[in-house]
Amino acid sequence: MTHPSDTGPAPVLALKDVAKSFGAVRALRGVSLELFPGEVHALAGENGAGKSTLIKTLAGVHRPDAGRVLLDGEPVVFHGPGDARDAGIAVIYQEPTLFPDLSIAENIFMGRLPRRAFGRIDHKATRAATAALMKRLGVELDPDRPASGLSIADQQIVEIAKALSFDARVLIMDEPTAALTGSEVARLFGVVRTLREQGAAVLFISHRLEEIFEICRRVTTLRDGAWIATEQVAGMTEDDLVRRMVGRDLDELYPKQDVTPGEVALSVRRLTREGVFTDVSFDVRRGEIVGLAGLVGAGRTEVARAVFGIDRWDAGEVVVDGRPLTSGAPSTAMAAGLALVPEDRRAQGLVMDMSIERNIGLTGLRTTVRAGLMDRGAERSRALDWAIRLQVKYARIADTVNTLSGGNQQKVVLAKWLATGPQVLIVDEPTRGIDVGTKAEVHRLLSELAADGVAVLMISSDLPEILGMADRVLVMHEGRLTAEIARTEATEETVMAAATGRAAA
Amino acid sequence: MTVTTPDRAPVAEAPRSSGTRLVDRVFKVRELAILVVFLVMIAVTQAGNSEFLSEQGVKDLLLNATILVLVATGQSLVVITRNVDLSVGSTLGISAFAAGTYLHGGGDPVIAIVLAVLLGVGFGLLNGLLVSLGQVPALVVTLGTLYVIRGIDSIWVGSRQITAADLPNPFVDFGSGGLSAVPWLALIALVVLIATACYLKHFGSGRELYALGSNPEAALLAGIPVRRRILAAYTFCGGLAGLAGAMYLARFGNVDSSTGNGYELTVVSAVVVGGVVFTGGSGSVYGAALGALLLTSINSVLPALGVSSVWVLAINGVLLLLAIAIDRVVAVRVASALRKKSAAARTAAAKTPAAKTAAAKTPVEKTPVEKAAVKTPVTKGDAHDA
Ligand SMILES: Nc1ncnc2c1ncn2[C@@H]1O[C@H](COP(=O)(O)OP(=O)(O)OP(=O)(O)O)[C@@H](O)[C@H]1O
Ligand SMILES: [Mg+2]
Repeated sequence: MTHPSDTGPAPVLALKDVAKSFGAVRALRGVSLELFPGEVHALAGENGAGKSTLIKTLAGVHRPDAGRVLLDGEPVVFHGPGDARDAGIAVIYQEPTLFPDLSIAENIFMGRLPRRAFGRIDHKATRAATAALMKRLGVELDPDRPASGLSIADQQIVEIAKALSFDARVLIMDEPTAALTGSEVARLFGVVRTLREQGAAVLFISHRLEEIFEICRRVTTLRDGAWIATEQVAGMTEDDLVRRMVGRDLDELYPKQDVTPGEVALSVRRLTREGVFTDVSFDVRRGEIVGLAGLVGAGRTEVARAVFGIDRWDAGEVVVDGRPLTSGAPSTAMAAGLALVPEDRRAQGLVMDMSIERNIGLTGLRTTVRAGLMDRGAERSRALDWAIRLQVKYARIADTVNTLSGGNQQKVVLAKWLATGPQVLIVDEPTRGIDVGTKAEVHRLLSELAADGVAVLMISSDLPEILGMADRVLVMHEGRLTAEIARTEATEETVMAAATGRAAA
Repeated sequence: MTVTTPDRAPVAEAPRSSGTRLVDRVFKVRELAILVVFLVMIAVTQAGNSEFLSEQGVKDLLLNATILVLVATGQSLVVITRNVDLSVGSTLGISAFAAGTYLHGGGDPVIAIVLAVLLGVGFGLLNGLLVSLGQVPALVVTLGTLYVIRGIDSIWVGSRQITAADLPNPFVDFGSGGLSAVPWLALIALVVLIATACYLKHFGSGRELYALGSNPEAALLAGIPVRRRILAAYTFCGGLAGLAGAMYLARFGNVDSSTGNGYELTVVSAVVVGGVVFTGGSGSVYGAALGALLLTSINSVLPALGVSSVWVLAINGVLLLLAIAIDRVVAVRVASALRKKSAAARTAAAKTPAAKTAAAKTPVEKTPVEKAAVKTPVTKGDAHDA
C-alpha cells in the first residue's frame, strides 16, 4: 500500500475508519481514504461494494456510524450536502438529480443562484454562466430549456456542469461516464486534467477499467464494504485490479459463441420518425447479436423505442417473424415476442418503491396469474431464479429496489425482461453501471440466448463491448444508419469513423 | 481553479433571452387559456344581459373573487412544493370569528386584521411543522388539522354569531367601499398577488420552492433547507387564510361556526384550474388567481343569464377536468416541440463545417418523456405521443 511522497501536501479530504450500515447491511466497514490536491483517485469495487455510500459520506448525505471525516486534517461533521458544498466539495451522484420543471441553468445553480441588488436572482448571469459551462464541455444545450425530457447522457452532462460550476477543491464523480461515449468522455477527461493541474483533488468511480488506467494516479479498492487496497495505478494491469475487486481471477469478459444465424426474426424497413431518425432499415436473424453503435444523440435509443412501440413512427414498417407490428403499441410488440430493456432504469425500467420480487414479476403477470389471481409462489420462485442467475446483491427479495446499489438495480431490469422468454431482445446499454464480473455474466447470458435462437439487438456506448459481442455492427450518425460492419472488419477505427460521419457512407 | 463565476462570464455569450424561454412560455400559454375562457364568458354574459357589467356588477365580480384569490395564492405556494393545505377553510372561519369578537368588544380594525393574520400564521406554522417533521402525507395531516381547527371553532363559537351590527362602521364601509368599481379588498389582494409572484420568480428561496416540488430528493442534495422552505410555505398560506378571514368579515359582516366550511375544495379547484400542477414544481400564482376569478364569476354569470345556480357545481367540475386535460396536452406539445427544436439545431449545426464536430457531439434529447408521463402513473401507459 503506497503513500504519496511524505514531503507532499496534506490530504484535503480524508476518511478515517468509517463504518456505515443500513439495517442489517454493512455498506462500509472501517474504510480509510485520503485525497490529495492535484491527484485523480479511483474508487473501484463490484456492484454493492459500497462506493456510492462512501462518496455520500464524503458529501454529507450520510453521517458515518463510526469513524471520522477529515477536512484539511481537521475532523468535520457535515450536517447535510449544503455543508459539504460550502467546504468546496462538488459531487456528481450516480443517479442524476435534476429538477424536471426547472431550466437547465436553474438546475445548475439551484441553491446558490447568482444575485444582484436586493437579493434578486440575476437571471441573465445565470444563463450566461451556463452557456459558458456548456461551451467548456463542448455541448450544445439550451440553458433555458427545462430539464424534463433530457436523455440520460444529457442529464449526466448537466450534472457535470453543475459540479464544475463552483470553485471546488474536491470533485467527486460517481460513474459520470456510464452513459457517455468516447468523445464526451474525452472532453470530460480534458476538463478533469485541467482541474487536476490547478490543484483540485478528484475522486473517480467507473466500471470501465480502461478509464481508471487512463486518468487516475492511485486506486482504492473496496470489497463488500471493506477496504482492500490503495495503490499506484502505474505498474498495475487490468487483471490485477479485477483480482482486487472480485477476489479471484475473472473468466473471459466477452464469451461470444459462434452461431450460424437462422431466419430473419426482426425486420425494420425504412423506419422514420420525423426530426429524430430517418430511413432506418436492418434485419436481425435468430442466433445473431447485432450491435448498434453511434455517438450520444445519434438516435439509437429512439429507434429501439419506436420498434418496441413506445414512440410512434411516421413512416416505414417493423416486422417480427413475418408479422407487421402496429405503430405505437408496445402490447402487440410484447405479444409478438419482443422485449426491450430500456436505458433509463429509474424512469422506465423499475417501480422504485416496489420490491425486487414484484419488479421482476411485473412483465410476467400473464403467466403467473391463475384463475384471475396472482400466483405469489410462482412469482417469487421465478424472481429468485433470475436474481440468482444475475447475482443480484440484496438483503431480502422483498426489499424495495431503491435500497439496491445502482448496478444491482440494472440487474433487476435485465431480470425483469429476460424472464419473459423473448424471441427478439433489444437491450439498450445493458451493462451501464454493471461491474466487470457481472458484465461477463451478462455477456455470457446474451450469448447463450442467441445460441438458443433469440435475435438480439444490442445498443451500447461501450465500444469494446460492441466489438467483443456483436456478429454485425450497425452504426448510426445523426439519425441515419451510416454503416454496417461485419464482425471480422469491425475495429475501433472503422466504427468510430462511421459514428462521427467521417466514413463515406 | 477555473471558476465559472457568473460575473466573469463573457456577456457576448448570454443567449437570447426571449423566444427560447420555454419554461416561461408554457406558463403563459396556460394562463392565457384561462384568461380567454374568462373573457369569452364575460362577453357572452354581457351580450345576454347588458346590466351585467355595470359599475356595481364589476364591483361584485371583483369582491366575490378577492377572498378566493387570496387563499388560492397561499395555497399555490404549498401546492408548488408538492404539498397541500386542506385546513384553509377552517383557518379562515376561526380567524374571521376571532376578529369579529375583538371588534365587537370595541377593538381597533387594524389590530383586528393583524390578529386574524397572526392566528392564521399560527395554524400555518402548526401545519408546516407537522408536515415537514412527520413523515405523513400533507393530505392526511391537513385533513386532520381541518377537523381539529373546525372543532375548536365550534366549541368556542357555539351557536353565537357575529353580524354587521356588531362591527364598527368604518370596518364595514371598508369592506364594501373602493376606488369607483375597484374595491379596497381587491386592491389588497392584487398587491399580495403581485408581491408573491415577484418573490417566486426573482428570489432564490422562491425558486427553491419549485425545485423541491419538482424533485424533493434532488432538493436535499442541492443543499436546499427543505423543511424550512415547507414550513415557510405553510406559514404564508395560513397567514393569507387568516387575512382572508378578516376580509370575509368586512365583506359579509356575518360569521358563525360554519363559516368557511368546505372552502378548501373550492380553493384547490381554483389552483388546479389555474394550472398549478398538483404533483408540484410548476404553475404560477397568476394562474391560480385567474382560476379563482373564473370559478367565482360563474356564480354571477349564471343568474345573470337566467340559468339556475344548481348548475354551478357541475360546471366547476367540468372546468377542473378540462384544466387537467389541457395540462396533459400542453405537456405532450412541449415535449414534441423540444424534440423538433433540437433536431433543427442539429441539422443547422451540421451545415456549418466549423460546427461539424460539435454537432456530432450535441447530445440531442433522446426521448422526451414528458413530465406528466413520468410523474403520474395514470398517464404512464400512454407515454407515446399521439
Ligand atoms: N438507502 C439504503 N438503504 C438500504 N441499503 C442501502 C441503501 N443504500 C445502499 N444500500 C446498500 O449498501 C450496499 C452498498 O451500496 P452502494 O450503493 O454503496 O454500492 P456501489 O458500490 O455504489 O455499487 P454500484 O457499483 O452498483 O453503484 C448495497 O448492498 C446496497 O444495497
Ligand atoms: Mg454506486
